[in-house]
Amino acid sequence: MASRAGAISVPWAAALAAALLAAMTLGTAGVVALRAGAALPTAADWAAVRFTLLQAALSAGLSCLLAVPVARALARRRFPLRGALITLMGAPFLLPVIVAILGLLAVFGRSGIVNDALALLGLPRITVYGLHGVVLAHVFLNLPLAVRMLLMGWQAIPAERFRLAQSLGLSPFAMLRHLEWPMLRATVPGAFVTIFTLCLASFAVALTLGGGPAATTVELAIYQALRFDFVPERAATLAVVQFLLCAGALAAGWGLLRDTGFGAGIGRRAELPAPPGWRRGVDVAAIGLAALFLLLPLSAVVLRGVAGLADLPQGTGPAALRSLAVAVGSTVLTTGAALALALAVARRAGGARLFDLAATLPLAASSLVIGTGLFLLLRPWAAPSDMAIPVTVAVNATLALPYAYRLLLPEARALHSDYDRLARALDLTPLARLRLVTLPRLARPLGFGAGITAALSTGDLGVITLFAGETDATLPLFIHGLMGAYRMEAAAGAALLLVLLSFGLFALFDGLGRHAAP
Amino acid sequence: MEFEPPSPTYPSHMEEEKMRTSFLALGLATVATAAVAQDKPVLTVLTYDSFTAEWGPGPAVEKAFEATCACDLQFVAAGDGAALLSRIQMEGAASDADVVLGLDTNLTAAAAATGLFAPHGQTWKNTLPVAYDDATFLPYDWGWFAFVHDKAKLPQPPASFEDLAASDVKIVIQDPRSSTPGLGLLMWVKAAYGERAGEIWQGLADNVVTVTPGWSEAYGLFLEGEADMVLSYTTSPAYHLIAESDDSKAAAAFAEGHYLQVEVAGKLAATDQPELADAFLAFIGTDAFQSVIPTTNWMYPAVTPAAGLPAGFETLIQPATSLLLSSDEALAARDAALAEWQAALAR
Repeated sequence: MASRAGAISVPWAAALAAALLAAMTLGTAGVVALRAGAALPTAADWAAVRFTLLQAALSAGLSCLLAVPVARALARRRFPLRGALITLMGAPFLLPVIVAILGLLAVFGRSGIVNDALALLGLPRITVYGLHGVVLAHVFLNLPLAVRMLLMGWQAIPAERFRLAQSLGLSPFAMLRHLEWPMLRATVPGAFVTIFTLCLASFAVALTLGGGPAATTVELAIYQALRFDFVPERAATLAVVQFLLCAGALAAGWGLLRDTGFGAGIGRRAELPAPPGWRRGVDVAAIGLAALFLLLPLSAVVLRGVAGLADLPQGTGPAALRSLAVAVGSTVLTTGAALALALAVARRAGGARLFDLAATLPLAASSLVIGTGLFLLLRPWAAPSDMAIPVTVAVNATLALPYAYRLLLPEARALHSDYDRLARALDLTPLARLRLVTLPRLARPLGFGAGITAALSTGDLGVITLFAGETDATLPLFIHGLMGAYRMEAAAGAALLLVLLSFGLFALFDGLGRHAAP
Repeated sequence: MEFEPPSPTYPSHMEEEKMRTSFLALGLATVATAAVAQDKPVLTVLTYDSFTAEWGPGPAVEKAFEATCACDLQFVAAGDGAALLSRIQMEGAASDADVVLGLDTNLTAAAAATGLFAPHGQTWKNTLPVAYDDATFLPYDWGWFAFVHDKAKLPQPPASFEDLAASDVKIVIQDPRSSTPGLGLLMWVKAAYGERAGEIWQGLADNVVTVTPGWSEAYGLFLEGEADMVLSYTTSPAYHLIAESDDSKAAAAFAEGHYLQVEVAGKLAATDQPELADAFLAFIGTDAFQSVIPTTNWMYPAVTPAAGLPAGFETLIQPATSLLLSSDEALAARDAALAEWQAALAR
């Protein structure tokens, strides 16, 4: 009876996490607004809103569309180094933005590989600057995320269903209709909304590759209002606009979300059917092209960086250590909060809708608004540089939570519908249930989510710029400083170090999760 | 402060333990530094990141000033020049900072309007190429904006904005809404062409490959070969020459003249160390400060040191005409100039 009573009461851990998230996002925006009031958006702001929506919709749509054949091919083909390829293909998502841009330009830029090849063939050069360049960069950064989210969807279809379909002699089309389509209906909206909201907050990519002020996003307008003009009332208004855009996207996403309803399998990870013939060719092409698209720019980053590794300045080590500390701190916070929220939402506990909303809010938040709000709030109590590292941990944990949460939620739902009755029938204590059922079953998304959180926190250059004192620079800030002092080669070396660090953390957590999964 | 290193006899599998120990040591080190600092009066200077970097002017300036002041000079970094102003506005009179170093003349009108700054009271004379004498803000370095190119790839660079607009030379510039060089370029075109500025920008639109949020992205793109020229400073080739022994870069001399960026320092009225702040402002005018500037900040010193400029600076172009709008003019011109720029480039 105790466990039943627990199921309908409010889950306190989730409620606490949700309250903290709301304070970090809505609360900080409120502080900025309270300080300044609000100002009506200008015509230029509406132009920025239109461009922001357009590029985000195109980027998210294309990322999801391309992710379907790639994830499907990866789900049903087995080949040497498949696991390594899947892990490595996740790397672009973790790159610091300017590093990713320079990597992309080495391939698609004016003196990049593509243009050199075109010139050899006597064809006209292409330019990467414009809306297509922005979308290209966003697909580069986010395709890995979409692929991983869909791949997990495929892996979540119990192998028994595929085997049943095979023994019933279902055609590939019928299999697509009865097994894969319902899974995609359940997974793609989540991936689309996640990437869409992520692209809404784009700033440096949009401006640098957009080719000019026509590519102004809402986030740039916020940056201008806060950092350049210091008109906090405009920033507050724009932050509200940004929230509304994301809320719209999320509402649309909710409308489309469906449960897959596959039921439980015995949890054996069996081979999915891998059809031969032309389908094999299509799969090979999908994996090959995606790998080329994602790994070529990445190789350029590595090549540029190796030369710079030799003359890294002294400050690199301490900065890297601080980044590691930030990453580990935010990972612990985020993973715990995401688990509490996902479990509460999955069992439709009291306030589930609110928890879901709270877990998604950070996607809509501007890190600059959060940072400024915290600065205004905490400034009377302590020197900014004393708070630099804790605040960076808190903000990174907040910003990474939606990813960890989104990754957990579908599997937490499946876990609940498949194992809840069994666990109750066995009268497992909450702790035993967590240890024997929840953690092992969710190890894969937990590990992946922790990996993403750690990597994103290592590479984040956001709030630290507001707080850092003389000696608090994290590695991204340090790289920014090197680039600002002509030291592009050393910056490339430090960026390579950053990539290795964030990727190492990502691979570590992701590997732990995969290893612990049944 | 020395600390005992973690015992080398740790079993090798106890990685977390070691890590925890070093984090602990890091924390103790912070506390210890704070304790030492209490003995002397502290002068806090709010500045931008690249000033305090280990390769920037900060460390040498700190050492030289502390040798004279019996005080502890602490730099607090706050992003770039524009971010400095918003930081001051956020903190208001509650700021710990005594001196702000790193605003430029396009921002000083707004900074003065906050009422947070006190007159500097210094009498030392600067050697800027234009007359600059402000009761509140003291120049500590300056530079001419210029388009930098690779001499081998672009042997005949354009010699004016009109020349550039007529050519098919590709340039990368910074956004005036998020970067001080970007704002400087806006003022450069305005100061040189006045009413015709919008027309010039329309002519330049097809030369602009892209607009970046800050200087470092633009300069990075230029070095990667994404553009023939980049908006930077006449002193940029000196970095490549002196620090990298690379003489391939040059700045193009423009017939209209070159706009100046003058970087200034100011004393906050709410300082709790007014004497130390005054001493620091006086120190800015001395050779000990000024001789550090050329090869750390890669700008011209506000007062040419007795020993002259470092070898290599004589190779730089010397614009005959220097352009600079007064800070009030710059503030007044800004919104309209920004609108012209946006209209011309938002194709």
